[in-house]
Amino acid sequence: MRYGGAEGTLALQHTSLSLARGEFVAVVGPSGCGKSTLMKLVSGLWPSTAGSVTVEGREVDGPLSSVGMAFQNPTLLPWRNILDNVMLPLEVVEPHRRRLRAERPAYEAKARHLLSLVGLSGFERKFPHQLSGGMQQRASLCRALIHDPKLLMLDEPFGALDIFTREDLWVQLQELCADLKPSVILVTHDLKEAAFLADRVLVMSARPGRIIADHTVPFPRPRRLEDTYGAEFQALQHRLRAEISAARRGDSIGGEEVAHVG
Amino acid sequence: MSAEQKGAANARRVATMLARARRRRRLQRVLPWLVVLAAFLLWEGVVRLFQVDPFILPAPSVVLGSIVQWWQPLLENAGQTLMTTLAGFALAIVFGLALGVAIGSSTLMYHGLYPLLIGFNSVPKVAVVPVLVIWFGIGTVPAIITAFLISFFPIVVNVATGIATVEPELRDVLRALGARPVDIIRKVGLPRAMPYFFASLKIAITVAFVGSILAETVAANSGIGQLMMLASSRFDVPLVFAGLLVTAAMGVAMYVVAAAIEARTTGWAMRGQQGQI
Repeated sequence: MRYGGAEGTLALQHTSLSLARGEFVAVVGPSGCGKSTLMKLVSGLWPSTAGSVTVEGREVDGPLSSVGMAFQNPTLLPWRNILDNVMLPLEVVEPHRRRLRAERPAYEAKARHLLSLVGLSGFERKFPHQLSGGMQQRASLCRALIHDPKLLMLDEPFGALDIFTREDLWVQLQELCADLKPSVILVTHDLKEAAFLADRVLVMSARPGRIIADHTVPFPRPRRLEDTYGAEFQALQHRLRAEISAARRGDSIGGEEVAHVG
Repeated sequence: MSAEQKGAANARRVATMLARARRRRRLQRVLPWLVVLAAFLLWEGVVRLFQVDPFILPAPSVVLGSIVQWWQPLLENAGQTLMTTLAGFALAIVFGLALGVAIGSSTLMYHGLYPLLIGFNSVPKVAVVPVLVIWFGIGTVPAIITAFLISFFPIVVNVATGIATVEPELRDVLRALGARPVDIIRKVGLPRAMPYFFASLKIAITVAFVGSILAETVAANSGIGQLMMLASSRFDVPLVFAGLLVTAAMGVAMYVVAAAIEARTTGWAMRGQQGQI
């Protein structure tokens, strides 16, 4: 993937990533390593300049409605209340779009259920600016999930939140995923977050962005926040940290332990 | 001082703050009336003090007398002008919104049409009225079209700006779902442009009056503009001023209506500016 023509910045190179159904993959790496580019390619927001992206056995040539996305900012529409914001994808994505008018009560109940899962019951009629940043981010998670996406793409969704809210949301996201079982790609700076949530953690290096390591996270689910202070967990974080430091210095490491890099 | 005493002191402080805020809100409500009243008093005072000839500048009391004396023709002609203005304004809303959406959502349209629009808006509308009279004859139609022409531009520019400046993140939310461009305009572009649209309406309604009265002074059988032309040809300066005052009052009234609709429909964009201490 290259930006700005043939002479432009090479954002991603030789990157290969495959994802099993229902798998939770976290992508970590220093800033500017092409994580967000990877997201935009997979979601079809941008076309790739070389290589291919396949989702559900189909080549991606444009945005996919089977994908739910949550961004670093909540990006709720300020003129809609929380319930209407969460239900926005239903107004766009088929087949919900056709059914929405006839089955509105059922869909509304679904949205309320999702909101209650993340602790936002009673805030359905509030407007985004009346909610705290963490609450807005939760609503944006619900919006990403409302149309039953098979693939959930989270682009640093908790990046702007304080650590307590973040940990809260990790637990809630884990529960949501256990319930709804989507495949998830999570882009993050936070190694603890990656290790806590993911089945696999990919480490990327910068310019050109590429995947330099692929770790399987062995810890059983459901994981508890206390587990993150265990020795094994700390060791995994430590390894990730070392790899990212190496990636930032620019020397390539551990080429042999890379599984899915082509 | 004990914690309890401190608490009581704080409560007192909050109470005085609230009271002060209430007083300020009350002042805010009556202030426009006070300012208008003061302006009229000043006007009256200056006229009396320097004994200005009513032919040059009639005192407000004289103008008021003229309004009372001529209330019937004033009312009829004001009604005519109001209808003309609103008709032109309605046309401006329909076409302005449509063109604004088109220009705002397509770079091609923007670059293609903008120079033409600017050129069109730069033409003084007084110069256009004779042409309209040749086309449509003397009467209401040229006034409606002038009101339309003059009020249409601010609407186009504002709506186009509102749509063109949609945050890319908001657009991506919908694009990531595979939304069509039409969906994006309907769900994000238009609601996002509404505050801009209503802001432009407040400008557009006042300049629409300028347009219709302009056309009436040049070529019409009725309307406030024509009434003022007649009055000035009879050297009835108080009646001319009466016409001006009535026009200003209508402009303010329509502005208030536009502002009220704005506050109701786009309250989300005004957060933090109302309902606070």
